[in-house]
Amino acid sequence: MIEKALQGGKSYWTLIIILLAVIGVGFLAYLRQFAEGLTVTGLSRDVSWGLYIAQFTFLVGVAASAVMVVLPYYLHNYKLFGKLTVLGEFLAIAACIMCMTFIFVDMGQPFRIPNVFIYATPHSVMFWDTVAIGGYLFLNILISRVVLGSEHKGIAPPKWIKPFIIISIPWAISIHTVTAFLYSGLAARPFWMTAVMAPRFLASAFSSGPALLIILCLILRKYTKFDPGREPIQRLAVIVTYAMAINVFLILMEIFTAAYSGIPEHLDHFRYMFFGMEDAQGVMRTNLVPWMWTSSILAVISLVLLLVPKFRAREGLLALACITVFFSLWIDKGMGMIVTGFTPNPVHTVTPYAPTLIESLITLAVWGMGALIVTLLYKVALTMRKEVEPVRYRD
Amino acid sequence: MGIDRRKFVKVAGLAALGFAARPPIRAFGQEITGESLEIRESKAGELLSGAVEEIKRAPHPPKNANRWAMVIDLRKCREHQDCTACIDACHKIHNVPSYPKPKDEIKWIWKEHFNHAFPDADHDFIEEEVKHSNALLLCNHCDNPPCVRVCPTQATWKREEDGLVMMDWHRCIGCRYCIAACPYGSRSFNYREPKKFLEEQGIKPQPDFPTRTRGVVEKCTFCEERLARNLWPACVEACPYNALTFGDLDNADDPVRILLHDNFTIRRKPGLGTQPEVYYIV
Repeated sequence: MIEKALQGGKSYWTLIIILLAVIGVGFLAYLRQFAEGLTVTGLSRDVSWGLYIAQFTFLVGVAASAVMVVLPYYLHNYKLFGKLTVLGEFLAIAACIMCMTFIFVDMGQPFRIPNVFIYATPHSVMFWDTVAIGGYLFLNILISRVVLGSEHKGIAPPKWIKPFIIISIPWAISIHTVTAFLYSGLAARPFWMTAVMAPRFLASAFSSGPALLIILCLILRKYTKFDPGREPIQRLAVIVTYAMAINVFLILMEIFTAAYSGIPEHLDHFRYMFFGMEDAQGVMRTNLVPWMWTSSILAVISLVLLLVPKFRAREGLLALACITVFFSLWIDKGMGMIVTGFTPNPVHTVTPYAPTLIESLITLAVWGMGALIVTLLYKVALTMRKEVEPVRYRD
Repeated sequence: MGIDRRKFVKVAGLAALGFAARPPIRAFGQEITGESLEIRESKAGELLSGAVEEIKRAPHPPKNANRWAMVIDLRKCREHQDCTACIDACHKIHNVPSYPKPKDEIKWIWKEHFNHAFPDADHDFIEEEVKHSNALLLCNHCDNPPCVRVCPTQATWKREEDGLVMMDWHRCIGCRYCIAACPYGSRSFNYREPKKFLEEQGIKPQPDFPTRTRGVVEKCTFCEERLARNLWPACVEACPYNALTFGDLDNADDPVRILLHDNFTIRRKPGLGTQPEVYYIV
């Protein structure tokens, strides 16, 4: 199966080499971080999670979003998604591996990570998150391998795989719910302690993930013989539209609650995000302000493009809508969510955070690694599909 | 030093009343027996004759305690705003490096502006003296510690026999979840290699306390290593003004309990339900 990834044209290999170069540079940056410690990052005593954990949080959503193609296909017999399910599962695999890598590079003592299992601690949400994401990765590897293998042989997938597919659906919901619980269960951080956190995570996941899948499909159609067809992409676009609308709705709920109640320890986080706040020395800190307004404007643009059926139907505009959704949420759910949770800090002072070059190179490398995994896996899937017409599995 | 006049009069007055006016004290839902009240009466009698001696710290902490706690008399701290004796002592004996960059900072006990430490107690017309003062902050050794709840490896845990919130620096994976969960900002992360920095600074680490390794979280331990040797916590011992009182909250005769009984005290963010065990007399 995997050997299919080793055959490709010039552009394929160029892409692989570029991605390997990005990974290589980031790996060198990581060696530096490993030697000197996390002091090479912009993290501090006050803002102790940053770019890495932001990427982790965002990518758990991308991983979970595979369910948006798996569920209609397997539960509702929505056959048009047949060509997309494996792509969704492969995207989930890449996203899970990226999540784990971001956790790894964020750890102070990465080689002690086995302690999470040696001293398994059920009262820690982090333990459950590890179990959830690890399990989800396993499920997606298993399901995609078995289904694709059967497809290749021109037979229906074995019956025993069906329970795994069914369980992967609630499991996808669980990975992002548990990831939200990492934050929403902390009394120390009023910005995170909201019951809306998990629903919001799911809404943002089900918009940003399928948006990414649409972008990937459009790229594949342009550069390969793969064509998912117009209808499945339009269906995905509807999913992105609903999810993004719900996501923005939930964000507005958060803002209303904080603003109307006027409780300073809630409201100050939003003030810091959108307007900036003075630090202990009286210097105005506005690190997040341009980012958050960019995210908000992108969200509005995306909603206009998505909600008007005429716009959404045009694939050029749909691509633009998906790009705006993706970047809007990448900012909002990543850096916006994580850094704001720490600012102001528990003694109500503001410490600015900005990622360093090393931190950014490592982050880029992990994204490069994800892109490489997606490229290789998609290559395998498409090569196999070219050989055999896909068999629609449904009993 | 030690006890002011007003305090002396108060203690003496209480002693004269034989503590009879005191409501019964409850510990773990059990009323303190008449016997122990008698003991207190006799102690009060001693107080009358040598009050200054008695309120002063005993040479050694109690050998055992069910619940260690601290009372910080901020009135005394306010009289000596520039004093950093407790901080210096703690950071020295625990080999806490003082990094040049604030982002790498490690602190176990430190001063924070009063309105930052107690945002709920702050208002525009608060007593001038308090308004411009600092409060001493450290790990609260909560009864219900959120850091312990979130730690995925039990590298931080609550010692059930005496309530200390402990750290295992050999088990900590450096995920910093406890830092996110602590409502008091009491935890620091080793962004750098502390040993190397101390060497560069020409500081010889104290041999009887470990230097930590890069990539783990640390915090105040209420000097569990000193308590094990029947010594007072370093900050308590170092305070020249007796502003820090440490003892067993579960013992009605402990100075900590007497202070809590005789003074109005506040705690940081009590509304979160963490039950912090550091009390402040404002």
